[in-house]
Amino acid sequence: MMAFVHILFALVLAPLLLGVINRTKALFAGRNGQPLLQLYYDLAKLLRKGAVYSRTTSWVFRAGPIAGLAAVVAALAIVPFAGTGAPVSFAGDLVLFAYLFGLMRFFTVIAALDTGSSFEGMGASREVQFAALAEPVLFLALAALARRTGSLSLSGILGAVTPSEPVWALVAVALLVVLLAENARIPVDDPNTHLELTMIHEVMVLDHGGPDFAFILYGAALKLWVLGALLVGVVLPGENILLSLVAMLALAVVVGVIESTMARLRLLRVPQLLVGAGALAALALILVMR
Amino acid sequence: MNLELVLILVVLTNLKLLGSSRLGSSIRTVGVQGLLLGLLPLVAGHDLTARVWLLAAGGAVIKGVMFPWMLMRALRDAEVRREVEPFVGMLTSILIGIVALGASFWLGHRLPLPRPAGSLLLVPVALSAILMGLFLIVSRRKAVSQVLGFLVMENGIYVFGVGVVQETSLLVELGVLLDVFVAVFVMGIIIFHISREFDHIDTDRLSMLRDWKP
Repeated sequence: MMAFVHILFALVLAPLLLGVINRTKALFAGRNGQPLLQLYYDLAKLLRKGAVYSRTTSWVFRAGPIAGLAAVVAALAIVPFAGTGAPVSFAGDLVLFAYLFGLMRFFTVIAALDTGSSFEGMGASREVQFAALAEPVLFLALAALARRTGSLSLSGILGAVTPSEPVWALVAVALLVVLLAENARIPVDDPNTHLELTMIHEVMVLDHGGPDFAFILYGAALKLWVLGALLVGVVLPGENILLSLVAMLALAVVVGVIESTMARLRLLRVPQLLVGAGALAALALILVMR
Repeated sequence: MNLELVLILVVLTNLKLLGSSRLGSSIRTVGVQGLLLGLLPLVAGHDLTARVWLLAAGGAVIKGVMFPWMLMRALRDAEVRREVEPFVGMLTSILIGIVALGASFWLGHRLPLPRPAGSLLLVPVALSAILMGLFLIVSRRKAVSQVLGFLVMENGIYVFGVGVVQETSLLVELGVLLDVFVAVFVMGIIIFHISREFDHIDTDRLSMLRDWKP
């Protein structure tokens, strides 16, 4: 029962996280910023609009946003929250967890390629390049956790967290970097930029409009929530659902602070950041393997 | 502060060193590592006698304060570009560091100490610091980076020495500290002279210093 309550929370509250991030950034910049619920308004507006499709696109372009959203909702069903097990849990579901994000990315990328725009192709190429580096980090971190807890399912892992050991801190930092990279947040990609040559994720969704774009925005918010739930589960175990929700909002504030205090890395430096995170995860794995 | 935490932080500073591209930040990282090593005798589970305190204070002051200061001064006097200019890229360096780490954990389990040390991590961390220091020496162009690699190697030996400090005498440890101090002092002067003579401190160009052949 509680597990389904979590899914309800995630579906309702996920867009709020982006609102909190934007509010934090506005606070740092001395602006008033958007309303906290801006993304909800955007979604409502987009869903009421019709979509326009270019004649070069095929069904792939229309399938992209829907498949992406479906993949992230499926990932939501696997990840546990606040100590209660996830609705779906089996040995090895952490591999499925990682590849559901892979599926989501795949559909975003081929939808971008389907438009035939070289500009979107560039974004797709960058997205895939960085994802190829972020995925091993996620796997190394999950492998360290699985080895430490002796469980192969996310529910089992997050149910047996003992965050006082240094290993968990290493994994948490690695997961934070993965979260920033996967959600196209600042050290890797700037979600606000429309400076064409530097953006990665935003460029791939330029041609989507109306409900399709709403699906993409909502899917991105859910992705942030899912990876955030994993990170919060590692840092802050416990059954207290209120505390975990507060931790999710605190995570959004942390992301906002990182975005306000850090510059976006040069494209050449991004692999260094990801490999550095991979080094932390590998160290954690070596420490639990000994 | 427990022993494992300090040792893991030492490993992290080593990885940071492999991945940083600025000489100044590399020197500061080695300084932080020196301060951590100063902490090591206090948390290693020895009786806190006067000699342990002396070793901790001596290590922290020499490794954490004196060396960075001397190297920063050498860097300032040499007036060179403050980039590391590695032969092996930063990414590959970090990956090699991880491999070295894995190898030292593998090796550490095959080299059991006659008397159990404070932590199982002690031998692998010492070995990995030695390997990474060696790698820094061979893979970097600037003379300053090579001094840093030498220091990291020495730090690895120090980690090992501190783990078994009840066995070795204080005199040996302090003697080693003094030797390293003199070595870094001399290296600082040499770096200055190399840069004054040749306008750079790139050691790979030293191979051109050979007899002229027609």
